Amino acid sequence: MLEFIPRPAPSAAARVRTTLGALLAGLGLAALAFLFMGVDPVKALASILAGSFLSPYGLGETVTKAIPLILAGIGLSLAFTGRLWNIGAEGQLLAGATAATAAALLIKDSLPSFLTIPLLFAAGGVGGAALALLAGWLKTRWRVNEVIATLMLNYICAEFVQYLIYGPWKGPTQSGFPYTDNFAASAVLPVLGATRIHWPTLLLALAAAVGAWVLLNRTRFGFELRAMGGNPDAAAYAGMDSSRTTLVVLALSGGLAGLAGVGEVAGIHQHLTYPWAVSSGYGYAAIIVAWVAALNPLLAVPSGLFLGGIMVGGDAIQISMGLPAAAISLFNGLLLLSLMAGEFFLTYRPRWRRA
Amino acid sequence: MPRIESLELRGISKEFNGVFANEDISLMVRSGSVLALLGENGAGKTTLMNILYGLYAPDQGEILINGRPVRVTGPADAIRLGIGMVHQHFMLVPRHTVAENAALGLEGAPFLRPAAWAAGRIREFSDRYGMAVRPEAPVWQLSAGEQQKVEIVKALLKGAELLILDEPTSVLTDDEASELFAVIRRMTGEGKSVIFISHKLDEVLAVSSSVAVLRKGRLAATLPSKGASKAELARLMTGQREITAASRPPASSHAASRPAALEVSSLSVRSDLGLPAVRSLSFSLAAGEIIGVAGVSGNGQRELAEALTGLRPVEAGTVTVAGAPAARLSPRGLRDLGVRHIPEERVRLGVVSAMSVADNSVLSCGGDPRFFRGWFLDGAAIRRHAEEIIDCYGIKTPSADSRTGNLSGGNIQKLILGRETEGTPSVIIASHPTYGLDIGAAEFVRSRLIAKAAEGSAVLLISEELEEVLRLSDRVAVMYEGSFAAVLANEGLDRARLMLLMAGSKEAPGRA
Amino acid sequence: MEKSVSPDLLTDTLTRTLAAGTPLLLGTLGEICAERGGVINLGVEGMMAAGAVAGFGTAMATGSPWAGLAAAIAAGAGLALVHACLSVTLKANQIVSGIALTMLGLGLSGVWGKPFVGTPLSARFTSVEIPLLSDLPVLGPALFQRDPVFYLTVALAAGLAFFLRSTRWGLILSTVGENPLAADSAGIPVSLVRYSAVVFGGALAGMAGGYLSLVYVPSWIEGMTAGRGWIIIGLTIFAGWEPWKAVLGSLLFGGIDVTQYLFQAAVPPNFLKSLPYAATLLALMTGSKNASGTAAPPAALAVPYRPGER
Repeated sequence: MLEFIPRPAPSAAARVRTTLGALLAGLGLAALAFLFMGVDPVKALASILAGSFLSPYGLGETVTKAIPLILAGIGLSLAFTGRLWNIGAEGQLLAGATAATAAALLIKDSLPSFLTIPLLFAAGGVGGAALALLAGWLKTRWRVNEVIATLMLNYICAEFVQYLIYGPWKGPTQSGFPYTDNFAASAVLPVLGATRIHWPTLLLALAAAVGAWVLLNRTRFGFELRAMGGNPDAAAYAGMDSSRTTLVVLALSGGLAGLAGVGEVAGIHQHLTYPWAVSSGYGYAAIIVAWVAALNPLLAVPSGLFLGGIMVGGDAIQISMGLPAAAISLFNGLLLLSLMAGEFFLTYRPRWRRA
Repeated sequence: MPRIESLELRGISKEFNGVFANEDISLMVRSGSVLALLGENGAGKTTLMNILYGLYAPDQGEILINGRPVRVTGPADAIRLGIGMVHQHFMLVPRHTVAENAALGLEGAPFLRPAAWAAGRIREFSDRYGMAVRPEAPVWQLSAGEQQKVEIVKALLKGAELLILDEPTSVLTDDEASELFAVIRRMTGEGKSVIFISHKLDEVLAVSSSVAVLRKGRLAATLPSKGASKAELARLMTGQREITAASRPPASSHAASRPAALEVSSLSVRSDLGLPAVRSLSFSLAAGEIIGVAGVSGNGQRELAEALTGLRPVEAGTVTVAGAPAARLSPRGLRDLGVRHIPEERVRLGVVSAMSVADNSVLSCGGDPRFFRGWFLDGAAIRRHAEEIIDCYGIKTPSADSRTGNLSGGNIQKLILGRETEGTPSVIIASHPTYGLDIGAAEFVRSRLIAKAAEGSAVLLISEELEEVLRLSDRVAVMYEGSFAAVLANEGLDRARLMLLMAGSKEAPGRA
Repeated sequence: MEKSVSPDLLTDTLTRTLAAGTPLLLGTLGEICAERGGVINLGVEGMMAAGAVAGFGTAMATGSPWAGLAAAIAAGAGLALVHACLSVTLKANQIVSGIALTMLGLGLSGVWGKPFVGTPLSARFTSVEIPLLSDLPVLGPALFQRDPVFYLTVALAAGLAFFLRSTRWGLILSTVGENPLAADSAGIPVSLVRYSAVVFGGALAGMAGGYLSLVYVPSWIEGMTAGRGWIIIGLTIFAGWEPWKAVLGSLLFGGIDVTQYLFQAAVPPNFLKSLPYAATLLALMTGSKNASGTAAPPAALAVPYRPGER
């Protein structure tokens, strides 16, 4: 009979092994799914790889997509560490994009670039944080479950962005398209060479990874956050203010997603556009980023690159193999499920025993 | 249901995380007899019975009924074989009624309206065994003693031929306990058998026909109760160890003249279910004094401790700590006034299992500048602090960086004690501080509390162990139904009188 | 104003309210079942999407809406089985597992459904008229001349309410959700009960999706569930895990759906579309006030059961 024995404490090596194993299993499941869709899985996986990591253009795109994933993934790592299930990175990213757009449309070209761009980031960070704080207020003041609060706000935000781009913010210069006017050149983020990598956001993401790691592991706030996530009753017993911690971590988490939104509008589109174009599901994919990274902000960087590669590769096979866009969501779902299953083998060791 | 003429455990072993909870234990119970399973907390009594009841799978060994080996892979098997168990922590759903709880897993319960059917059976049974149980009452409204009756009725309804009672008297008043013993006698009279887990020598000798003593997971001895002496059983339970019992120097007569560290006046607190749990309670605790709160658990002790530490809102009344109003303070605010708390439920409240021993050693220290430099942690200082506690308290852990969840209950308790008694707190609220500890660790904890009181801390000791209360306290408060039935100077106290007070009999109010 | 409301408009509004409320009720009943057993399944959105596409595809292929409904149920149940396996057997984090399930379900539906986009449903349910009752003014057409799935849903609500309150299995289910250790020690197979509850819940979620694509719309478009799965999670809390309150909640939210059509002229459409989401938040805010009383979640909700460990 197969038995499962609890393991006292998984080692770092076991953690890496399990995560890699789970990702491989996820890829295997995805290959099976491709098979059912009538697509040669080897060819599909090969073209995902070729499209994302093995060509200079693909690599550039992978890094570009990794930027919002890393930022939002770091934020979610923080929130999830406190057992706060912020599923609203998607909406918070949109809120950041919207706030940055408001700033850009207001500033136009009245300020030089070195002032405009920080202002955009500040506005976006505040926008994302404000939306997350709204969910935090609903949770701490009204005991509304944060999963539902953040998700509902995602939908509301998407509708609001559409209202803006079809209504009051519709740009007269966009020949009828539902976009805002383009940002002034001073509000557009610089990119690396021929790529679309808007490096100021990338730098911000890398700095955020380090900053969040320090915050989590070296500060009193991080200490209280880990305590709250590990055992909320003990945190209360020890005199920690969980409402405050909840609000602060949600603000941080939303703020980081907001920064990601700034990168998308100011670095990629240069105007506010359809919500699903501003964020092609980054907010949801960031959940996987955080989980692959085992909620470690530093590991969110490689994990964000990995997920970015999958998104780029997904786009590539959509075009080359005629797969629907939803294939990527399917793929992501399989990956996350395998990771969840893998977790079990970290805390339990299988053992055969004669009955 | 076949009669259980004999039940035998043969060579049972079970380990958790590399530590033997049971090692090669063999036991035998015969029809119509009561086997007492005696041992200190942590000796492996409950684990052994959980194996017999199918909740744990043994690593080795077998179970025989009437001489034939049986497989018990789950409670369903146990019930089918005629084994019933009343757990120390009741297996009841508080939101359901007594009948609904009993209907669960009862063979023959109809698919429709099983609770109504069970109610009828309960009435039948409670008449036969002389136990009054109201089938329609929701369980959350019942006292611990009533809940235990529900558990026993449940087991008997399921046709238990052998009933395991895990520490059944720990939640009972004396009257309720003698009622329980009467039920046990009626059962054995019908040819049923009982395994009775306890660590109380008196009741073991009173009710059992034979005693099996467990020590550190091994069977120390099996002997007939008749002719067994308490001293002998105690020696078997504890091994040959010499225990130097910590005891309080004769009541410090000048304590009353000292300033009050904690003053509580007309305090009322509600339970989780919104019922009055602490009712208009008043007392004053001086610096350097230990007040021991005795009483059967469930009389508001938990709510009192939680209210005094800011974990539960105060409904009415005032609390002052060193002269400062404290009834509306948060746990942080109270800690800043010097109130420390050794919680009743250690692992649930006292530590974060997933964090390191070092982290937990400063868990409740707020922003103490010794461990925090502004917003940042002082990792080196925290580690030093943890290592001091580990050394001083003899905590068994691979290092200060180990995960706290891997420590044993006793070691976790020492860690909490080290943290909460650090320095000279103005008030220490100690809830059941020695519960579940082996004798050595318990004595250590007691001596620590005495030392803190000598240094000037005011200690409120809440404990179910009358012995402990009598040994440590300057004054003894008996808590019954949310208030102090009496607060008595701890001089020549009559235990029988205290027991009566704990059971709710009235007497003229003592001085408070 | 009052007088100008014609009986036709009233009937129409009521009919639409019930149509919009039916999938919400189905999903909420399913989630109540899973959560009463102690497992939270946040994958409702994904299970509904999979149910919608499976129902539509099968109905198109077989020409039978009943076959479509069966396929929708099977799709929802199948996905729920994945969640049950993760949360019950592998003791995974139920929140994240549910979100993964949503991704999987939305992905699957997008992939399978691609060929169906824009195709109108050819095989539909014929409406069933209840004799006599269907002749009632206003109520008759709205309540008693409907598709058979509507009646089935009403019966399911009543059945589940009765099941939870008055049957042995209902008692077992709620014990497993309140105190799995007590259930285990009473000899009840906790895992089996939880699996069944989650799979049954998934079946209803799939059925809810099937209702969308077979009756409510009836066609298939990607993203047609439009967050209803999440609203259902909110409704489950709002209903205090009681089927009859779920009926009220679904009616309320069905009504909110319909107000979108009524106020089309006066309010920007995006605000109207936000209404159900905002209403969910509002409902949970008001719900929290009386939650201090009886409507607390099952005590063991989202806590994996680990017997024999310490």
